[in-house]
Amino acid sequence: MAEATQQLHEQAPANPEQAARQRAMAVLARASGSELAKAWDAWPDRPDVSPVRGPETGLVMVRGRIGGGGAPFNFGEATVTRATVKLSTGHVGHAYALGADKDKVRHAAIFDALWQDDATRSAVEDQLVAPICKRLDSEDTRRRDETAATRVDFFTMVRGED
Amino acid sequence: MYVAVKGGEAAISNAHQLLADRRRGDRSVPAMTIEQIVEQLGLAVDRIMSEGSLYDKELAALAFKQARGDMIEAIFLLRAYRTTLPRFGYSNPIDTGDMLIERRISATYKDLPGGQLLGPTFDYTHRLLDPQLKGDEVVDEPQSRDAETGHTPRVSEILDQEGLIEGDGELPDDHRTGDLTREPMEFPMTRDTRLQALSRGDEGFLLALAYSTQRGYARSHPFAGEIRIGEVEVEIDVPELGFAVSIGRIRVTECQMVNQFKGSAKPPPQFTRGYGLVFGQSERKAMSMSMVDRTLRATELGEDLTAPAQDEEFVISHSDNVQATGFVEHLKLPHYVDFQAELDLVRRMRSEFDARQDGAEEQGDNLEAAE
Repeated sequence: MAEATQQLHEQAPANPEQAARQRAMAVLARASGSELAKAWDAWPDRPDVSPVRGPETGLVMVRGRIGGGGAPFNFGEATVTRATVKLSTGHVGHAYALGADKDKVRHAAIFDALWQDDATRSAVEDQLVAPICKRLDSEDTRRRDETAATRVDFFTMVRGED
Repeated sequence: MYVAVKGGEAAISNAHQLLADRRRGDRSVPAMTIEQIVEQLGLAVDRIMSEGSLYDKELAALAFKQARGDMIEAIFLLRAYRTTLPRFGYSNPIDTGDMLIERRISATYKDLPGGQLLGPTFDYTHRLLDPQLKGDEVVDEPQSRDAETGHTPRVSEILDQEGLIEGDGELPDDHRTGDLTREPMEFPMTRDTRLQALSRGDEGFLLALAYSTQRGYARSHPFAGEIRIGEVEVEIDVPELGFAVSIGRIRVTECQMVNQFKGSAKPPPQFTRGYGLVFGQSERKAMSMSMVDRTLRATELGEDLTAPAQDEEFVISHSDNVQATGFVEHLKLPHYVDFQAELDLVRRMRSEFDARQDGAEEQGDNLEAAE
């Protein structure tokens, strides 16, 4: 996950499937534990899940940039939980999320595996990713709008006569 | 010198039981939940995360509760906990330009793209205690109005157009980003490592140092070019996937301090910059950090070294409150043998001193008698 793989990332061609999976994984990472647990409980024809790695909690050193856009520096760590699972369908799913919620990340890895299966991808997208994404977006919009209400509208006082 | 002394076990165990009792306090008052601390004492949680150098609200709130509200004890608990966890790797650098902004102000430009957004600030309050908060009054929902969306450029990007302000702060291409959690401190430090130390430094210490520069000890003429608070996405490269994934968002405070600089033998007159970036919502600390960052660049910018805030080794070595409290507070641990040794020494010195005094007096008496 250091410099070597960063190069890998930069060299990787932008492909639509990868971009869609990245987006789905980002939404799963920000989902709540109960959203994912409920979705998994209600999932029809659940495949068997075997753990490959984790779920385990560790640290990621978060980097910033000097001045906002300059050279990178390490500014503090964050707890991160990761999991890798294998489904009886043969698909392997990965998940990483901030925090220490192991159940949530295990579920996220299961849904990442289901996303990769053509038979279940659209169900994951429609029943899980889309509604969670909608919730997150509306929360963002609400927060932006609340902040916008505190925007200063300067006006100039005209003093004296022209 | 430390010597193991036995015999305190029962006292220690009872002391800890007493601590647990006092922490809980009056049992007829409901116990605080972690959720209550995260939601209602969020800035305390932020400070613990920032100085504990670990972003995790639940853990920071738990530490706060366990420490009975003692900030440095809570920070210590968080630092101790992080040592038990494996390191998965480094994130890609966060992009504060893509922040979901909750507050953004500039003291240098009135009208700037994105505007001045006050957000949830204590500024302009009257600092009068509000007795209504004693109870559980219903709080109105905040106002809301349609917001602009999209990228809000940093003020430094705007200022850059005339070439009168220095860039963001580059390091040589072959520079490997320093990491204080992995490598011992060495002086002189590069700016990246210094920023890491400052970002987890004690707020009070940084505030006092920043204040000292305003009062004339290494005067640095700062303007708050921009302060922004909000959430940024954290991305990591995952080797098993071969691409980067977003793992969620964290709240940070960023401060771009802009300083008038009359030029020296090296750089021309221009505005120079100090940078502050901390976990959570803490503009006092981000501002202090950016001022101290700028002051510590004295050597790089060819300025005279005249004040404590310019002394990198002094500032960085004493900025960490966990180290500081460890060394100061260790003085209360048993030093019986040390003290016995010193007591012996002082007794011996005193008897020698007394003997000399007696000798001098006798000599004086003899002289008087002779006269």
